Amino acid sequence: MNDLGEMLMRPQAYSELAMGNVALVRAMVESGVRVVTSYPGSPTPEIAEAIRSIDAEKRPFYFEFSLNEKVATEVAFGAAINGRLSVVFFKSVGLNVAADSFVQLPLMDITGGMVVVLGDDPGANSSQNEQDNRHYAQLSYCPLFEPASAQEAYDMFKKAAAVARERRMCVILRLTTHVCHAKELLSFAALPDRGKPDDTPLFNPDSGNYIPIAASVFPMKKRALERLAALEADLPALGFDRFVDHGNKERGVIVAGLPFASLMDTLSGCEKKPDVLKLGSVYPFDRNLVASFLASHREVKVLEELDPILEGQCKALAFERHINVTILSRYSLDEAMGECTPSKAAAVLRSAWPDMLKAEPVRAHLEPLAPRPAQMCPGCGHRSAFYAIKKALGPEDITVADIGCHTLGHLPPYRMGRVLLSMGHSSSTAAGLSLFNETRRVLCFIGDSTFFHAGLPGIANAVYNRHRVLLVVMENGTTAMTGHQDHPGTGRNFNGPSEKLSVNAALTGLGVTNIREVDTYKQSELSAMVREALDEPGFKVIIARHPCMLKFSREASRKPAYVRARVKIDQSVCTKAHECVERFACPSFQRTTDGTVTVNPDLCIGDGSCRQTCPSQAIVPSKPSN
Amino acid sequence: MSECFNIFMVGVGGQGIGLLAQVLAKAALNAGWAIHACDTHGLAQRGGMVSSHLRLGQAYSPLVPDGQADLVLALERTEAARAAVTMLKDGGSLAWYDAAWQALDVRMGQAKPVEASELKTSLNARKAIGYKVYRADLADPRMQNMVLLSAVLNADLIPRLSLDHVKTALSELLPAKALEANLALLQ
Repeated sequence: MNDLGEMLMRPQAYSELAMGNVALVRAMVESGVRVVTSYPGSPTPEIAEAIRSIDAEKRPFYFEFSLNEKVATEVAFGAAINGRLSVVFFKSVGLNVAADSFVQLPLMDITGGMVVVLGDDPGANSSQNEQDNRHYAQLSYCPLFEPASAQEAYDMFKKAAAVARERRMCVILRLTTHVCHAKELLSFAALPDRGKPDDTPLFNPDSGNYIPIAASVFPMKKRALERLAALEADLPALGFDRFVDHGNKERGVIVAGLPFASLMDTLSGCEKKPDVLKLGSVYPFDRNLVASFLASHREVKVLEELDPILEGQCKALAFERHINVTILSRYSLDEAMGECTPSKAAAVLRSAWPDMLKAEPVRAHLEPLAPRPAQMCPGCGHRSAFYAIKKALGPEDITVADIGCHTLGHLPPYRMGRVLLSMGHSSSTAAGLSLFNETRRVLCFIGDSTFFHAGLPGIANAVYNRHRVLLVVMENGTTAMTGHQDHPGTGRNFNGPSEKLSVNAALTGLGVTNIREVDTYKQSELSAMVREALDEPGFKVIIARHPCMLKFSREASRKPAYVRARVKIDQSVCTKAHECVERFACPSFQRTTDGTVTVNPDLCIGDGSCRQTCPSQAIVPSKPSN
Repeated sequence: MSECFNIFMVGVGGQGIGLLAQVLAKAALNAGWAIHACDTHGLAQRGGMVSSHLRLGQAYSPLVPDGQADLVLALERTEAARAAVTMLKDGGSLAWYDAAWQALDVRMGQAKPVEASELKTSLNARKAIGYKVYRADLADPRMQNMVLLSAVLNADLIPRLSLDHVKTALSELLPAKALEANLALLQ
């Protein structure tokens, strides 16, 4: 078996099959990065998994999962102004959480340099929106580079880190989901011999003003703008951009990031290919380069995922410099939506230039199947909680979701948690729903990782302003959705054992006096608690606890004495009431067309949380096997 | 579209599509192919549809274009039927492990489960060859992927790919004990 950690630290140059997220870690090692921070979120958690594969004592940098993205950004910033080359990485919407601090970074003298690695998610594969974070680059005057493949992610990180260090600034490396997860045979360089790192604390309050207040903001802002201009002037030498010459004076395409790969695939069967200008530096972009591309083509299409940012800039540039070119506009709102996959790129090109691509082969039409949404795992404690809480609520009561696996409670048959904004919003949204509302009681959910991430202010506010809300903390002892990372309530951090912050103690400290605790498998107890608590005044909390059973059963199955348990249906007792399959709805229960219910042995983990739901006690333990 | 051999793998979160995808990518490298690949990560792994793309030969994007899969490998019947509609190329091949993990609408009694006959109809419309794979005596459901892989090798569905390429790939990916159990299913 190959050892990923050994590979990432190998002194020699080599080639290996790996994904973009793993390639980044090799680039960090080669670049001499000293501090890396993050909060887990798709599409980036595999970066941390690759870091974990390097033995702690051999790891050339410090890594932590911070409490949230803002904290992570601040930790990396603090290290960077002390001279350490630092990296923070998180998902697209993580930048919203980090934004209050992030937007200040370009104003600062970042002594050691800092790279913000963003995992944007066009297509909203695992995010609550598909926001285009290139806007943040413009908003904050922060340079943004964008690779189109795993190999480029590696190459471009090293360039970005060098820019950040040499110019004492912060830069963004923007990846998207299928660059993070794209796998190919990657070529890695040898590790440079850097000797022992010099970790002298270099923070010098005079090296640049670090207090942006009143008039002192302006010299800092001016420096940020001057750095952008200087970087743009140096772009030709830095080699982020690439021209693909197809000898076409009529048509050209400007593109950046993954859409470049989709474009090149789409063009492979095309006889008269347009010229292609691929931008690696998206902000600032090289205006001279783009202007000469525009001037040397009659028509140019900007193939761009999400918002028409480059398109707008190209049009402005053509106008400013009086360039005689037609820049084709978007053909429909669809161009702003979803990933620019090869199929999408082909559709966009067909609309721009109907004669360019061969006609699509006509295929027999087949009816699409209903989608299969994600769902809670067999044995999930959240399922027991939703099933029990639903019984305690009236049809008009309002339930508020938060982010985590328990968001899936909004799906049938539970329909629990019907409004969602962002991490930690639930207590405050619920508070608003409770105003001028004497008839519909309000209950909200939050997971334990999110509780620490962004839940605390909303809870303190609900206590302070005396909102009448019932909060259910769905405590499963891990950050389950993103791959079981630790959080402040688990008693471990990334690097080892740590203080275990108690949810109950935190609530008490925030002034919550009405707190109940229960294991979610005790369904009737939980139902009774919710009935009672809902009608009590003020802000109330139920800590509904059960360990993540996916994590628990994975860990259990690695132990030598492991015996896999299952349940089965005693068909002689079953009355086909279908409580298990329709309302409890564990995916292990399957039904045949005559209404008989069976247990899928591939799925059942034998946790038995279903047994109490059966009105005729027909769910019984099955003979164990391994 | 590009000239390469496109493989689209699909299943339900938890079925072990990740290992199948990793083995095939490494094995294809061993067989001398240039590869581009991409897996589903994140929330979909919780019982939703998960997929993996593997492209052999000249390509840029790691994603197989819609309707361009020369070969679909499915670990579940409904997902096989879905991929036959969306991804399978006319004249391609589809091999599926005949497990059924019912989707919610079926369990709720609101839809009928997909039957093998419906899949057959889709395969005919795509002028594709189907390979149904199943093994009743399998102790560990996480090894259904190896049973499917074995069928793929026996039917020679991936150009240039041999059992030896797969064995070498497995030995790079698995610890000794798991390796033995997985190899046993490939003989």
